[in-house]
Amino acid sequence: MSTTETNEIEKLANQEYKYGFVTDIETDSAPKGLNEDIIALISKKKNEPEWMLEYRLKAYRHWLKMEEPEWPNVTYVKPDFQDIIYYSAPKQRPKLNSLDEVDPELIKTFEKLGIPLDEQKVFAGVAVDAVFDSVSVATTYKAKLKEMGIIFCPMSEAIQEHPELVKKYLGSVVPYTDNFYAALNSAVFTDGSFAFIPKGVRCPMELSTYFRINASNTGQFERTLIVAEDSAYVSYLEGCTAPMRDENQLHAAVVELVTLDNAEIKYSTIQNWYAGDKTGKGGIYNFVTKRGLCKGVNSKISWTQVETGSAITWKYPSCVLQGDNSIGEFYSVAVTNNMQQADTGTKMIHIGHNTRSTIVSKGISAGVSNNTYRGLVRVGKKANNARNYSQCDSLLIGDKCGAHTFPYLEVNNPTAIIEHEATTSKIGEDQIFYLNQRGLSTEDAVNMIVNGYCKEVFRELPMEFAVEAQKLLSVSLEGSVG
Amino acid sequence: MLEIKNLRAAIDGKEILKGINLSIKKGEVHAIMGPNGSGKSTLAQVLAGREEYEVLEGEVLFNGKNLLDMAPEDRAREGVFLAFQYPIEIPGVSNVNLLKTALNEIRKYRGEEQLDSMDFLNMIKSKMSLVEMPNDLLQRSVNEGFSGGEKKRNEIFQMAVLNPLLGILDETDSGLDIDALRIVASGVNKLRSADNSFIVVTHYQRLLDYIVPDFVHVLFNGQIIRSGDKTLAYELEEKGYDWVKEHFAEFAGKQG
Ligand SMILES: Nc1ncnc2c1ncn2[C@@H]1O[C@H](COP(=O)(O)OP(=O)(O)OP(=O)(O)O)[C@@H](O)[C@H]1O
Ligand SMILES: [Mg+2]
Repeated sequence: MSTTETNEIEKLANQEYKYGFVTDIETDSAPKGLNEDIIALISKKKNEPEWMLEYRLKAYRHWLKMEEPEWPNVTYVKPDFQDIIYYSAPKQRPKLNSLDEVDPELIKTFEKLGIPLDEQKVFAGVAVDAVFDSVSVATTYKAKLKEMGIIFCPMSEAIQEHPELVKKYLGSVVPYTDNFYAALNSAVFTDGSFAFIPKGVRCPMELSTYFRINASNTGQFERTLIVAEDSAYVSYLEGCTAPMRDENQLHAAVVELVTLDNAEIKYSTIQNWYAGDKTGKGGIYNFVTKRGLCKGVNSKISWTQVETGSAITWKYPSCVLQGDNSIGEFYSVAVTNNMQQADTGTKMIHIGHNTRSTIVSKGISAGVSNNTYRGLVRVGKKANNARNYSQCDSLLIGDKCGAHTFPYLEVNNPTAIIEHEATTSKIGEDQIFYLNQRGLSTEDAVNMIVNGYCKEVFRELPMEFAVEAQKLLSVSLEGSVG
Repeated sequence: MLEIKNLRAAIDGKEILKGINLSIKKGEVHAIMGPNGSGKSTLAQVLAGREEYEVLEGEVLFNGKNLLDMAPEDRAREGVFLAFQYPIEIPGVSNVNLLKTALNEIRKYRGEEQLDSMDFLNMIKSKMSLVEMPNDLLQRSVNEGFSGGEKKRNEIFQMAVLNPLLGILDETDSGLDIDALRIVASGVNKLRSADNSFIVVTHYQRLLDYIVPDFVHVLFNGQIIRSGDKTLAYELEEKGYDWVKEHFAEFAGKQG
């Protein structure tokens, strides 16, 4: 990749952050509400081909017949889907504003994270495809990746430039009929990332997308699709930050992963969207559908997530193990504090022979929050010699929070070996005292204990991400003890 | 260095320490012996600042500062180290990570610079050899799955790294095999200097053959009922606590 290109990106990123998070960019927005005209407008704004509009409309018509799900263990005021702006794109360069406009609490948070505002998300050596509201404003490392035949671009671009790939794979893992929010996403998604790693190629760098939610009242409907062909490998990072907001904002993304024979996708997420204030006011609703299809033999999909943000999280990154000998993994840390609610987990669907799955879930609840693990392991009739190992641990901080575990097992083949372990623990006074006695403050002691508890998950994360995850954890648990 | 005056402390409403008086000067080693349940660990924990214990009365001065007013971490940073009778397990936190964090917190409190990784590792290595600490214990999670003796050795290793002014060893000898006892005790001896002091809680004279105390105190029913030099430990070993109990009756009578 050329240095000019890097400079360009840095300049862009710097500029963007200079104006703070709640920018006064003139947005080119659609009117509030949802109907077929709005969908046609989105499709038109994005210069989409006819087939894409057709797909969206089919999804929309299906969605109209669906009901919002009630089964997650969360309570919230249901979004008014007619009160949401479904399209908002930055029109041009932002006008100069000062940092003073940024919520000081937010700046404090970033300071604690040790991330300078103007270069927060540009990690050295990481390709950044920054999503600013709904339109990707920058894509890096493209040239180098292109040489290797790797496609990494905004979804909107992929639809225009690689229609055959998008047509083939979009909706192949998460069809729009899958669930309420997947249908909605399929109808109105505005952008997201597309990555394609061709046969035999190991992607030499971690691909990364940073999502940010900016304009008020804009729901974000990201659509991500990653395809690894035979023997290809890619590690993909997704990280998110959002500014303080009083209104609840809906985020309903769909992520689809496909691995062909011997391919591997490693997908890591750090999610620290605004969780609302201590009283539960504001915060993001994060209702996401993430699913990977291990289509080929010996293929592998691994999800690692660190969830600390959002008022409500509702998310189950899953693996469909269709290819023989395929492997699915799910490593998760979900933290809830104050009034946060999280219902998260995974589904491992064993279809092929000799398929293996591993689930390591670490829930941490503090304040008056509620943290639910919900996991399904399904072994199909023909899935001989399937193996699953699940470990679901809950850590409680204080005595007003809740942790719940709902493991579902559907085993239809007698050769399956399923192991499930679950623990619930509290941070012991004696542990804190022991660390106090070695010179650590109670806050540092709690952080140390929590980080130790999450170690199995953190070590699955790429280095810079692991460091950020640790810091994030301490920020989210601030004030939860003592 | 340490001045304990009429210290009374209770847990869950039950008075355990019933008026402790003890004065420890720089460079001294004081052994505290006494039957099970007499309050030795309670004294150690109260000095370290465990909040479950309620201090009913008394004063503790540590280098002139009021120890009882300080948070436990500040006591540690001032130089109080407690080697626990039952060391705590912290899963997922490596020993070396804990020590580095602890050491730097203590240094920060004292206005000293943070140790860089090279200096830290060199220092760790020399302290490891002091108590013949196996390398793998350093990398493993704090006390998790350690044998009883390994836990005790680890406490002394941590003490060696943090280099406190006052080391309180609560039954460090129990659980150590004969060789380990010798190694750990000689480690403690090497740490002894004119500037630091130790309180060594033990049931056995054997430890005091290695770590020779300047004073021996007998704690009984929450009070120090007898103090003497190292020969007191021999006397105890020989005559048992009944002898002390009789003495206590006499002592209580006098106080009457
Ligand atoms: N929570 C509690 N409620 C009531 N009594 C308690 C509580 N905790 C400790 N004790 C009592 O305090 C007394 C002193 O205990 P401590 O651990 O200080 O004894 P010790 O001298 O260290 O004994 P050992 O030699 O067995 O280690 C014991 O009788 C113990 O049962
Ligand atoms: Mg004891």
